[in-house]
Formats: sequence, structure tokens, C-alpha cells
Amino acid sequence: MIDLIGRREVLKRLGVAGALGALAPYGARSAHAADKLVVGVIYVGPRDDYGYNQAQAQAAAAMKKMPGVSVVEQEKVPETTDVQKTMGSMIEQDGATLLFPTSFGYFDPHMLKMAEKYPRVRFAHCGGLWTDGKHPKNTGSYFGYIDECLYLSGIVAGHASKSKKLGFIAAKPIPQVLRNINAFTLGARSVDPKITTLLVITGDWALPVKEAEAANSLVDQGVDVLTCHVDSPKVVVETAERRGIRVCGYHANQSALAPKGYLTGAEWNWVTPYTTHIQDAMAGKPMVNFMRGGLKEGFVRTSAYGKAVAEGGRKNADTVKAQMLKGDYVIFKGPLKDNTGKTVIAGGTALKQTEPVLEQMNYLTEGVIGKV
Amino acid sequence: MTELGWWGVPIAVLGGAVRVSTPFLFVSLGECITEKSGRINLGLEGILVMGAMSGYALSYITGSPWLGVLGAGVAGLVLGLLHGLVCNLPRVNDIAVGIGLMLFGTGLAFFLGKPYVQPKAPTLPAMSLGGWSGSPQVQAALEVNPLFLIGIGLAVSLGWAFRNTRWGLIVRTVGDSSDAARAMGYAVPRVRTLCTGVGGFLAGIGGSFLSLYYPGSWSEGLSSGQGLMAVALVIFARWKPMRCFYAALLFGGAGAVGPALQSVGITSGYYLFNAAPYVVTLGIMIATCSPRRTLAGAPGELSINR
Repeated sequence: MIDLIGRREVLKRLGVAGALGALAPYGARSAHAADKLVVGVIYVGPRDDYGYNQAQAQAAAAMKKMPGVSVVEQEKVPETTDVQKTMGSMIEQDGATLLFPTSFGYFDPHMLKMAEKYPRVRFAHCGGLWTDGKHPKNTGSYFGYIDECLYLSGIVAGHASKSKKLGFIAAKPIPQVLRNINAFTLGARSVDPKITTLLVITGDWALPVKEAEAANSLVDQGVDVLTCHVDSPKVVVETAERRGIRVCGYHANQSALAPKGYLTGAEWNWVTPYTTHIQDAMAGKPMVNFMRGGLKEGFVRTSAYGKAVAEGGRKNADTVKAQMLKGDYVIFKGPLKDNTGKTVIAGGTALKQTEPVLEQMNYLTEGVIGKV
Repeated sequence: MTELGWWGVPIAVLGGAVRVSTPFLFVSLGECITEKSGRINLGLEGILVMGAMSGYALSYITGSPWLGVLGAGVAGLVLGLLHGLVCNLPRVNDIAVGIGLMLFGTGLAFFLGKPYVQPKAPTLPAMSLGGWSGSPQVQAALEVNPLFLIGIGLAVSLGWAFRNTRWGLIVRTVGDSSDAARAMGYAVPRVRTLCTGVGGFLAGIGGSFLSLYYPGSWSEGLSSGQGLMAVALVIFARWKPMRCFYAALLFGGAGAVGPALQSVGITSGYYLFNAAPYVVTLGIMIATCSPRRTLAGAPGELSINR
């Protein structure tokens, strides 16, 4: 199919150039793009995975309702040169002038290469670390401080846990994942410093059988609240419910999968960054290259509390949430030790959410049983 | 729940063996029948995924998981027969058709399975065989699905049937020497087609176990290569049904080692432990192979032997 697109693209170029002369291709394309802003969204997995890709697709679906916007989508595009071909055909064939490549691995080198080739197209990447002077101005990265929600999940989990052991199933030890594990643990330990988080790393984003095994082993070890950072938390949430323990969701709302044990969850709300990028593109304003936001900016949200959440946990979490919404709550502040005893944030230092150093996190905080 | 500590590892391995082995068992038994008749069906991965999808979809539509299991078997039967019939044509290579079928089966399942990723279908019930133990962990490890027991029964009876029945003899003859089978008046293509069909039926049921019991939901990453591993298990098990069962148990148990060790706090080298099943397979393969003879017990007509 990739070959087919490539061939079609060549044929189209040849045909247009042959028939209308050298000026025609630009005329034809701008005429096509003038009436509507064409937005291209690219997913690494299936759009309906109860997780990461679904959260992006929900925002894309909301964008389709915006006047003057048309959305083209492609799912299951690997993080290889394939994504360059997909971007190329979205730009050349569909006339897309704003692209949302949503997977982490699309950024470097694929998106950067395409951004050089098409300087008039805007590329808004999810999760990457856009750096001024290093990356082109027609690219940018947006991301949400979802660790705020995980901190709140941690508080709720800390109140709900009787065994004082929490479980975290993670796909890969990359900075975003480590930040979530740490925030969850810090939240729980703010309730009771005796709490520990047992960490299992599965090795890849979607391994349903291994995730189920990990969940079962953790429950066997006495874990009574579970959460995860994998592409599709469905299996983890369902296994926790089956084993009769509590669970916090991730990416999207999974409360329907665990009516008894679902406490709360960390959800993306990508509608906010998508809308900003689209409005800027339509108004011809320069692109916001480095876009970040948390609860306050509406980039992330928490799931409604489940039945299993006790009054104390709810109150505690709501208090912290209110401070986060005002923007004056700091999760990562010194003195903070990692789980080998080394001080990672010195006493007196408070790292605000916007600190880029937090996006390079490479340690697990005290209380996490696991290794990067 | 009481603390288990180190005891968690053997219990997790036991539980993992019971939970994870069933799809391996069914697929490898199916492949065992197919290969005994002298053909290799590499498409079982596709059939497994197709079975998982159709089982889940049928369970969701009808509300009966057992009907889903049956539907998954029928879907597998159809795909297996397709492989068998195509391979009956002259100069068709069964391995190439198998790879084609693998891609076709997974592609078709992804295409048809889109609407069933979100909904929650009724899943198969479990039988508790751990009631004698006071430990909730042991009880959880011994939550056994009826399909697991059916699989054991099937392995035993298949082993017996290959040795002691007329049908078993026919299948073995066809698989060991098609000339001899023809001389005795048996229709070689028909026997092979049926065997591939039955193999597909079992692989489909294996798939339904994935989506309807463990992990118990349909998604596109569900199989992640289990069908292919099961084909390798048959060689590993030397085409003996009972050994397929042991191999499946070993493989399931080895898969549980990685997560179990991490959860008791053995945190270094988890990539290595996660690779345990493959290391075990490779190790035994190397230990048992010989450059001087073909694999003991291999059907003579298999294209890898000729």
C-alpha cells in the first residue's frame, strides 16, 4: 500500500506538471487548501485501544466538528520511514498543512526531516522535547503534565491501600514513564511514608498476556492497588477487577471495565492543544513551539471517583487538586532521594512542572521497588 | 492477604503455567495433527488471532461464551481447510501458503474485529481447584478453565489414538510415506486436508481462550506471536501429543518468571528474564539436535525433512 501511494504521488505530479505546466502544481494545491484547513493525524496503534491512541483520536474526532477544518487520519503507522511516507502523502495528496504525529518515536529524525522538506507545513508532535535553536520553527511539541493526575491517583491509592503495597506495570523505562511512577509513589507516600510501589516493566507498549501475568504476580505479592503505564490499560484494569483489588486508570476512562475496584484515573484531554494549534494555523499566527499544560491548562483531567473511594481519600485529593488548579503545587521538591539512596533533588529546590529537567528524569524515587 | 515473598515465584510460575499454557496447548495439538499427516501449517498464528476475534465477537453478540468458543473453532476449521485445499493443488508449497494464511488471518481479524475492541463480552467461567489451600495466592493460581482440562484430555486421547486406532494409523502412514498410503488405497490429499482442518479448529479454540479467558479481551496485540511459538513447540515436543502438553506448561511457566521475579524485588536483568521462554526453547533445541540424523519422530513427508 505504501508503494501504491508513492506511485500515485509520482503519477499525480507527472500528470499535473505535464498538463498545466510548471506553475500549475502550486496553484492547484493552494486552491485546494484555501477553503478548508486540512489537518493530518497519525497514530502508532489502533485508534480504539482504550488508551493512548484513543485519547488522541477523541481529540481528532472533536476537531472534525470545528468549522473550516477537515481531518485525515492514519493508524498503525510504525516509527520508521513509513511515517515519513504517510506525512508526505498527507501533505501532497490531501493538502494537509498541519500535522499531528502523535507517537514519541516519530519526532527524531522522521518529523524533523519532513519539516525541513516542507517549511510551510506545521508539525505538532506529541511528547517530544522541542528545543529552541535546535529544531525548526515550523515544528513543535505538545504534552501534558499527566504526572499531576498520577500524584492524585497516588493519594487516593494511599488512602485505599491496606497492605501499604501498590503495584505499577510499566512498558518501558523512559523519562515520561519514570515521572509517572515517581509522582504516583510520592502521592501515596504523602499519605503514609511506609507505602512502597512494586514496579514491573514488561518491555513493550502492548503485551496483553505479560501485562496480565504481571498483574497477577503483583496481586500475589499482596499489592492491593494497581495502576499502569502501557498503551492499552484494559487488561490490567480487568485483571485487577477479577482479583478483587483496587485500580487506577490511565490514558482514558476505564471505569466501565472495573465497576467495583476503579478508584480514579489519569486521562488526557488533547482537545485543548489541538484547538490552539488549529486556531493559530487558521489565523496565520506563529506556531507555539513548546506547548505544555497540566490540570490548570486543561491538558489532562482525572476520572470521576469510583464507589470504592473513601471520604478521606476524596477530601485529601480534592484539596491538592484545588492547589494544582491554581498552579501553586509542586510535586518534585527537595530533599528527594532516589531508591538507591542518592539525593536527586537537593533540599530547598522546588522543581516546577515546567522545568525541562523533569522531562529527562532517569531515576526512581525512594519507595519504588524496581530498577530503571 | 498474607505476604508470600519468595514463595511467590514458584506459585506465579505454577499459575502462569496453568493460565498461559492453554492456547499453546491447543495450537500445538492442532499443528501436531497437521504435521503428523505430512504438512506444515505456519498459518496457525493467523488462525489463532482469527479465532480470538470471532470467539469474542460471537460471545458478545450471543451472550454465550461457549458459543464463542465453538464459533472460533469453526472459523479456524474454515481457514485450516483453505490451507489444506490450496496445498492440494500441484506444486504448491505448504510453508509459503502458511505464511500467506498467517497474514491473511491476522489482517482479516483486525479488519472485522474493529467494532469489538471496545465492548465487553461475557467471558468463560473458571473452576476453583485450590479450595483445599488456605492461601489466596494458591487458590488464584489454581483457578482453572475447563478448556485447560479439555486440552489435557485431548492430549491424552490423541496420543492414544495415534498409536492404537485405525485413523491414527492412516494419518501416520500418510505423513510418513505418501507412496505407501497410496498403495494401501488411501486418498492422501483428502486425509491431509482434513487433518489441516482439524488442526485449524483446535487453533481457533486456542485463540478463543485468549480473548474469552486469559487475558480475556480482544485487542490487536493479543497474540503477539504465540501461534508461531506453538508451531515451534511441536518440533520441540517431537510430534508427541503428551509432550506438547509438557512443552506448553514449560513455556507458560517460563513466561511468568519475568514478571514474578520483578514483583518480589529482583529487578535487574528483567529483559533477560522476559526472554526466558525463548531461551528455554533455544536451549533445548540445541541440546537435542544432531547434525548426523534428522529429528527423531519427525514425519517422513514433512517438507522440512525432504
